[in-house]
Amino acid sequence: MSIATQEGVTGQDHRVFVTGCEAVARAVMTAKPSVIASYPITPQTEIVEKLSLFIGENGSECQFIAVESEHSALSACIGASSCGVRTFTATSSHGLLYMAEMVHWAAIARLPIVMANANRALGSGWNIWADHLDALSLRDAGWIQFFASSVQEVYDTILIAFRVAENEGVMLPAMVNLDGFLLTHINQPLNLVDDDLYISEFLDDLKMEHALNFDSPHTLGTLIAPTDNYRVQHDRKVGMERAKTVIREAEEEFLRLFGRAYSPVPEYRTDDAEVLLVAMGTLAKEAEEAVDIMRFRGIKAGLLQVRQFRPFPDEIIDILERSPADTIVVVDRNYSGGCGGILAQEIKARLYSADVKREIVSVIAGLGGQDISAEDLVEIVKIRGGEYWWGI
Amino acid sequence: MVVAETKKQDRLSKNRINKAEYLLKGNSSCPGCTAMLAIRHILKAAGPDTFALVGACCAVVCEGVYPNTCMAIPTLDTAFACTAAMASGVRAAVRDRGINVIAIAGDGGTVDIGVQALSGAIERNDDFLYVCYDNEAYGNTGMQRSGSTPFGAVTTTTPFGKREDKKDIAAIIGAHNPPYMATACASYPIDLQRKVERALSIEGTKFIHVLAPCPPGWRISTDKAIEVGKLAVKSCSFFLYEMEERKIRMSKPSINAIKKPIPVREYYRVQGRFARMSDEEIEISQQKIDANIAYFREVCDL
Repeated sequence: MSIATQEGVTGQDHRVFVTGCEAVARAVMTAKPSVIASYPITPQTEIVEKLSLFIGENGSECQFIAVESEHSALSACIGASSCGVRTFTATSSHGLLYMAEMVHWAAIARLPIVMANANRALGSGWNIWADHLDALSLRDAGWIQFFASSVQEVYDTILIAFRVAENEGVMLPAMVNLDGFLLTHINQPLNLVDDDLYISEFLDDLKMEHALNFDSPHTLGTLIAPTDNYRVQHDRKVGMERAKTVIREAEEEFLRLFGRAYSPVPEYRTDDAEVLLVAMGTLAKEAEEAVDIMRFRGIKAGLLQVRQFRPFPDEIIDILERSPADTIVVVDRNYSGGCGGILAQEIKARLYSADVKREIVSVIAGLGGQDISAEDLVEIVKIRGGEYWWGI
Repeated sequence: MVVAETKKQDRLSKNRINKAEYLLKGNSSCPGCTAMLAIRHILKAAGPDTFALVGACCAVVCEGVYPNTCMAIPTLDTAFACTAAMASGVRAAVRDRGINVIAIAGDGGTVDIGVQALSGAIERNDDFLYVCYDNEAYGNTGMQRSGSTPFGAVTTTTPFGKREDKKDIAAIIGAHNPPYMATACASYPIDLQRKVERALSIEGTKFIHVLAPCPPGWRISTDKAIEVGKLAVKSCSFFLYEMEERKIRMSKPSINAIKKPIPVREYYRVQGRFARMSDEEIEISQQKIDANIAYFREVCDL
């Protein structure tokens, strides 16, 4: 459909060569949402453009609302989702934080909205390149959060996200993160799923008991006293806990139907690793290369990709507990002012709770699109000590 | 077509008002609240096949505390800035034209924090009715000034009287050229209901600006709220009219008022919020009102 697309059919698979943005748009069209509301922002823009194109081309029943701001984008999705229909939005960086109020709102209202977020740095100082602080600023908002490392993973994760978000026991919004430019603007081969198979076998019709209706008219979002508010928040926790299982089930079903395996914390050459890299997004993909280089040079390195950030995967403790590695180098493409790398903090906290002792090295790297090559990561693995800023 | 519609409008009288209630008793509005009175009439005019959205405003508080609600129709309470955007979303999900979508918000949520979302929705001409009930301050938080507070009015953040004029939201919305726009006042319920019916018969974004006197905020006794609304219209502090295709059609109460307006002083002196105004300030207000009267006389050929 785009100039960059080269389509070819091999067996049942449909293989294309597209950007991360187009992969998002294709996955969304496969899930057949009723309402999409979005506002353009670099580097998410192509998602909006492609969706507009696909909806127009295919005579889709989906309604695209070209809103005047991100705050309105998510608000419109919330309005539509409250009526029980499937919705999607996409944003990035400043756009995500501009809608932050509604990001929290959507989760508390238990609306299964799916969002793609093109990770990008925040101003001041306009920087449009990859950085995870936009999404991680909203880690506590109650959304399921995935960080993808390839175009294929972006596409598949969007498809999985709809099923997880809409699960009756979960009913929580889901955010799929893809690194700005490093995924949004990079063409990679993409295997498409069979649209009909996806709708008939993988994604059920959306059923929302709490949706607005005339049969039992109710009011959503009234004043709520402390006791009930507390209960509602606890219900949300229960939903998030359930999501852990539902995500695993969805991933297994996805493997069965479409042949691609996913897990919350994919491992790469970890079995006998003496040192482990931990990263999210494209940094993890680059780290695979770094691990190969190190292995070639006789260093027993391995990699953990934290693909599922919320709910934070319990699996990471088991993996680290059985790993022979005594040093874990966590590479964060973010920095929490006054507290360091966010992923490193999260891992430390869980290891402490589980009484597992490992040396955690926190490396801040790749902020604002700083180029991190596999060779850089080979050097990063050698770092020891507390918090280290790569390249300063 | 025009004749038929006029006849239909004429039939709306006290006898024809929908007896059903969609805003139930026992809600927690202040005594004498005309905002809730206006909403009651708006919902009566709209009937049962209606989805309501209520922005963060007094009306949300008046709905009651979970698990109770005074709204007998499906209702979605929204965040402050996004009432219009959420209404766009609801309409995108509920595409049956037989179902009304009505967004209700206060003046702060409309002329200040919500104006961007509202402007966007009107530009897209999303199909819903937006009602701004205007109590001329942030009532929910205890009467702080809003962009809609008039010159001279004391609020908790203008303890010596507001120095600036009321933002002309009708002119702002009018500049978008929506398919239908009207102003109304809770003191004229038949006029209000007729305008709601007219609005809902039209596809696209409709806007109704309803002046809603607020007894505690305006410092008037509860039994005077309706009368004060009438004084606002009679003094031409607030004009009642409709606008379609950029043409303004003045409503009867304001046609009468324009012919023989009462001095604005009579409107001010019954309200505690204007008690600090000097004679000079009242004269300044009167001159502005006179200019407005001259303007509407000209555009409406009165």
